[in-house]
Amino acid sequence: MLSRVANSIYWMSRYIERAENIARFVDVVRHLVLDLPDQVSNQWESLVEATGDHERFEERHAAATEANVIRFLTFDRDNPNSILSCLWSARENARSVREAISSEMWEQINRSYLMVKDSQASDRIDDDPAAFFSHLKKACHLFIGLTDTTMTHNEGWHFGRMGRLIERADKTSRMIDVKYFVLLPRVDYVGSPYDSLQWAALLRSLSAFEMYRKRFHQITPKHVAEFLILDRQFPRSLHYCVIKAEESLHAITGTPPATFTNLAEQRVGRLRADLDYAEIQETLDAGLHGYLDQFQIELNDFDDAIFDTFFAVTPMSGLPGDLKSIFA
Amino acid sequence: MTWQVCCGRYVSDFDTQLWYIARGMDFKNYDTEGFFDELFEAGSRPRPGASILADRVENLPDGDLLRRQAAAETALMNLGITFAVYGDDQGAEKIFPFDIIPRIVEPQDWRQIEAGLTQRILALNLFINDVYHDQNILRDKVIPEEVIQSATSFRRQCIGLNPPEGIWCHITGTDLVRDQAGQFYVLEDNLRCPSGVSYVLENRQLLKRTFPKVFAESRVRPVNDYPSRLGQTLEHLAPNGVLSPTVVVLTPGLYNSAYFEHSFLAQQMGVELVEGSDLIVHDGFVMMRTTRGLARVDVIYRRIDDDFMDPLEFRHDSVLGVPGLMEAYRSGRVALANAPGTGIADDKVVYAYVPDMIKYYLDQDAILPNVPTYLCWRDKDRQHVLGHLEELVVKAANESGGYGMLIGPASSKQERDAFAEQIQASPRNYIAQPVVSLSRAPVIVGDHFEGRHVDLRPYILYGKEIHVLPGGLTRVALRKGSLVVNSSQGGGSKDTWVIADGPEANAGAGSQSQQQ
Repeated sequence: MLSRVANSIYWMSRYIERAENIARFVDVVRHLVLDLPDQVSNQWESLVEATGDHERFEERHAAATEANVIRFLTFDRDNPNSILSCLWSARENARSVREAISSEMWEQINRSYLMVKDSQASDRIDDDPAAFFSHLKKACHLFIGLTDTTMTHNEGWHFGRMGRLIERADKTSRMIDVKYFVLLPRVDYVGSPYDSLQWAALLRSLSAFEMYRKRFHQITPKHVAEFLILDRQFPRSLHYCVIKAEESLHAITGTPPATFTNLAEQRVGRLRADLDYAEIQETLDAGLHGYLDQFQIELNDFDDAIFDTFFAVTPMSGLPGDLKSIFA
Repeated sequence: MTWQVCCGRYVSDFDTQLWYIARGMDFKNYDTEGFFDELFEAGSRPRPGASILADRVENLPDGDLLRRQAAAETALMNLGITFAVYGDDQGAEKIFPFDIIPRIVEPQDWRQIEAGLTQRILALNLFINDVYHDQNILRDKVIPEEVIQSATSFRRQCIGLNPPEGIWCHITGTDLVRDQAGQFYVLEDNLRCPSGVSYVLENRQLLKRTFPKVFAESRVRPVNDYPSRLGQTLEHLAPNGVLSPTVVVLTPGLYNSAYFEHSFLAQQMGVELVEGSDLIVHDGFVMMRTTRGLARVDVIYRRIDDDFMDPLEFRHDSVLGVPGLMEAYRSGRVALANAPGTGIADDKVVYAYVPDMIKYYLDQDAILPNVPTYLCWRDKDRQHVLGHLEELVVKAANESGGYGMLIGPASSKQERDAFAEQIQASPRNYIAQPVVSLSRAPVIVGDHFEGRHVDLRPYILYGKEIHVLPGGLTRVALRKGSLVVNSSQGGGSKDTWVIADGPEANAGAGSQSQQQ
């Protein structure tokens, strides 16, 4: 498959996942705010900081009100990480690989983009943000469903899945961080009913509440962290995302499991092995924030290695010198 | 609350209209105004092939036709068959205007078109081959040598080229027009990279949904085997010894106005769509960069102009092409469709000689005539043109897409003076033709039908044999009275129904039919 096409499918998938996760971010903050008895700090401001786009935000908005932040994260074309920008980028990537994906996938991306673009003019998002974001999440899920059911599970599909899971792992880790570090409540909240309400809100925003209950029943910070980071089977946990991304990578290269022939395989293998044998209490004792930070860095390194291995093909990586003369 | 507002704008606009258009639409007051109409004889009697359609349309429930038109437009929007509105940074997009009333071609008309185009492509291909080899046609003084030597589209790089099977123009989209008497003429040959065939296929999909029953009863000839035939035509070119050739479509990229078509054709044929930067010439072969390293390419359906194809041989500043591509082509290691150099026959002065070519190479009279053409480099013709600018259409010899054109009757004194000056400065670059009173077809305008001028672009494939796709792109000049049908100049399109030969379809059957 063409390197450029693989690259575009990878990013198309990432951008859709990113758009969905922005909706989840907004969701988690709305619940945290609603569940707090009084405003200890401006949670919306913290959310903008968590996304890393606070400078851009401050340039155009005087105050971090709910409406301002939501519009900035949803419709702002100058914010490359707004939902509208993500869907636009996903669509441009999809447009450049239309011949490699199914028409249903293309049409769904196009419809989702037009839906958000057309919603911009109406005030319905201010009236009922929950309905808008829930509709958006469904649109993204429909795309993932169509990808699974209408696209051959070939190399391109695996690049798409890898992109989606890397993006998801990154965003789940940041969402845990929002609750744990950025929106750190007053010390006397920790362990109180409010605290457990907030952890429950985080689980709900990640569509993880029921699945968590099945495994751990009672909500404790330690168990929530364990579930969202180390669970092998929950599709939004870090561990699951890394396992499946590694699977896809090996499906692409054909390298046997637990071995590696390139940098991408080496990096994801090491990351997966760390998660395989991690002990949650140790992680919490050493500091969850630092752990999540390190995880994001290693995930980025993995992404860089994918680029170098597959997308930046030059004649040198064609055939090794001595083989070239045999095949020429 | 529902957020299914995608394209709601369009639907609701139409809904408001329907609120006060509470009656059906019919052709009773449709006036052909003395023009040749593709669907109606004078006196609003439908032509044989159009009778089922006309009958059905008139018997639709009130408001139904506009609802179908709106549904078709929404479908085009959702399919993303759009173009960006220039200068709009809000990302506004529009669909290419599309009218759901099809243009209908009667079987006897199609027989003439098919035979005429086959004959023409055969002669043009012989001409291109001749002009880059022995130039017999110049030596025998059928075409003056200076016409070829002064043509900017003559490619010296192509002299002596031997394309596989001697075929140069594999894919052609000839523009036909029809005059007041119903006579078809060839307006342009378009032997380089004609576009629009994807709209033929998409328009057909839409109309099958819009008028399924009329479609079935009207015995319309199918067009959807075009991608397979195109695929076969391309595979036919593969270098000797390549059993399952790798075919690719080469596009200038995402921002080209025909990008949708490039990706559509690649998708329909199941081949890779590549950009110049995906390809590299390595050890004399054309290779594409894949996730598993470099892979050989055998046939390239290139949708970029000669000028941009290979910076080593043509324009050096091209970043769209592939350095070394021409050399690989010359050595027979890769095939190109169309072959470089075919643009020589698109020169509008050369066009004027096509009937002579047909006589010279095939010893036949042209089945489809040219529009009479004055060549400004001939003194007598130039005098005539300069004296009659107000009645003529003047065209630059090397432009296409409706650019570099003066439509006399619609021009201002200032525009005519400017053209007169240019014609005198470089007579070789200009031709003139009488204004053809183009035929018309009904389109939906608000709550009724009005006639608009149309042309027809059929597509011809030249592989093992010459195949004329039974259908084509009907372009419509949507502005009242306008004769310019180009999409870049406000034109729209219609589906084209070529009616199958054989017993007449049962006219009037549609009136008993169930609702569609």
